[in-house]
Amino acid sequence: MNTLATNAPGLRRDEGMERLALFGLASPALLLVMVILVIPVGWLFYLSFIGADGQFSLENYARMVERKSYSRIFVTTFQVSLLTTGLCIAIGYPLAYFMSQLPTKIANLCLITVLLPFWTSLLVRTYAWLVLLQKQGLVNSWAISLGLWDEPIKIVHNMTGTLIGMVHIMLPFLILPVYGAMRAIDRDYLKAASNLGASPSRAFWTVFFPLSTPGLFAGALMVFVLCLGFFVTPAVLGGGKVILVSMKIVSNIELFVNWGAASAMGVVLLVLTVAILWIASRFLRLEQMTGGGH
Amino acid sequence: MLAWLKSPASETQVTHGQRLWLYVFAIITMILLVTPTLIVIPMSFSDSQYLEFPPEEWSLRWYRHYFGSSEWMNATATSLKAAVLTMLVATPVGVVAAYGLHASQIKFVRMAFVLLITPMMIPVVLVAIGAFYAYVKLSLLYTITGLVLAHTMLALPLVLIVTGSALKGYDMNQELAARSLGAPRWVAFVTVTLPQIRFAVVTSALLSFLTSFDEVVVAMFVSGGDNPTLTRNMFNALRDQIDPTIASISTIMIVVTSLLMVVAQVFGRGKSGG
Repeated sequence: MNTLATNAPGLRRDEGMERLALFGLASPALLLVMVILVIPVGWLFYLSFIGADGQFSLENYARMVERKSYSRIFVTTFQVSLLTTGLCIAIGYPLAYFMSQLPTKIANLCLITVLLPFWTSLLVRTYAWLVLLQKQGLVNSWAISLGLWDEPIKIVHNMTGTLIGMVHIMLPFLILPVYGAMRAIDRDYLKAASNLGASPSRAFWTVFFPLSTPGLFAGALMVFVLCLGFFVTPAVLGGGKVILVSMKIVSNIELFVNWGAASAMGVVLLVLTVAILWIASRFLRLEQMTGGGH
Repeated sequence: MLAWLKSPASETQVTHGQRLWLYVFAIITMILLVTPTLIVIPMSFSDSQYLEFPPEEWSLRWYRHYFGSSEWMNATATSLKAAVLTMLVATPVGVVAAYGLHASQIKFVRMAFVLLITPMMIPVVLVAIGAFYAYVKLSLLYTITGLVLAHTMLALPLVLIVTGSALKGYDMNQELAARSLGAPRWVAFVTVTLPQIRFAVVTSALLSFLTSFDEVVVAMFVSGGDNPTLTRNMFNALRDQIDPTIASISTIMIVVTSLLMVVAQVFGRGKSGG
């Protein structure tokens, strides 16, 4: 006992060293993130405060407020993100509920219909919608033969096409966490509610729905944040009619080589994203938001 | 049928009949989730410039065009190279980091975890222009090395989350047992821990491969010159006009993805958690 007591500080030190060494195993990963992400983004932050004359200035930020074309882009981005999130909830929640009511085996089969698009390349899915929605596309020709409308209408290269594509791509991000939360709900609660005389809809709204909200909240947040920074799908399906923040950042660099303007927009986008995630993390665990691995 | 409609559908008194709208809605949604992607497959075998469905005349024209074009072949080779290398770098780096963070339990672990998953949380456009700037300074622009490093960073959060959650379900005392029997820590990890989290490791590898192979925005900025990726070329082609060759490439990509999913499922039948 005595020797143990005298050895204790040394042992504790050894353990501390070992923990530090274990932490060191993460250093290659951390180094990579520092060099390719943190330092360059820090530099963008610095650049956003440099004016055209090379001196410190707030002109890059002032431009965003003063110029209508810039503020409109932020408004559009919020509108598109909110609409996409809303549509994803309206479509995804019932589907997740449907799957959560099925026996696990059949539900897993249904889940493939969610996972298959989830795993398929974003670009491939965007391309598919481009082909389907174009003037001579399948949607137009079927709608005409069914008598829904008379001549081909424009459903791509505008807001409609952008929303269709974005909702399709974002749906799995909503469905998976919602479905996970619903599966975890103890069905006995519903039995209890029913036994106590609750109607099916009352049992759903007072028992089931509240218990599913953590998943719904996590999924909706994920969709909203991803939409804020979305580039590929709106760039292809929007056809230049729908301009989101990320697209303006890219064109500022590719076409105008205006790093100051691009950086300032990037900083605003980043701050918005981080703020939303930070506020949300006060209510949710980070692991929940990332889905905890599926 | 009528009896089924009136039978109870769940723990509450709701009947299948009352839920019919939900069933119809869900089935339509599932069809809409899958068909847009799958419909590209028959279209890619169309002989026409306009990608009809169903094709009036079947042909391999667009596949011949794809395999015959040195530009597309070069891009495909770049993408495959980058994806395989990303998988080979991101998986060990990520698994080792996940293990280190899981076992170390010092107070910086949470901070490190948050830092490592930021590439997934922040808008990819920022990652892209940040990397673009860094690569100009490091003269890594338009190199495979640069592309692989950036894609590795994007894949790390997934590896960390998948492997991390597998480690949470794993009893670290087993490793202690091995070490008390004289195995050095790394031997204990390789022979005891690793086999039990193998499903998570394989999933991580597949996700890393796909992350790189499907990635567009970063590739748009840091790949190019002699080494443009497939996605970069596809994206540029999409912006111009609807090139039917992309239907054939899409079909190949869908087949590859589905195969990888099947591989993941087969490994998933193992008993390890993931």
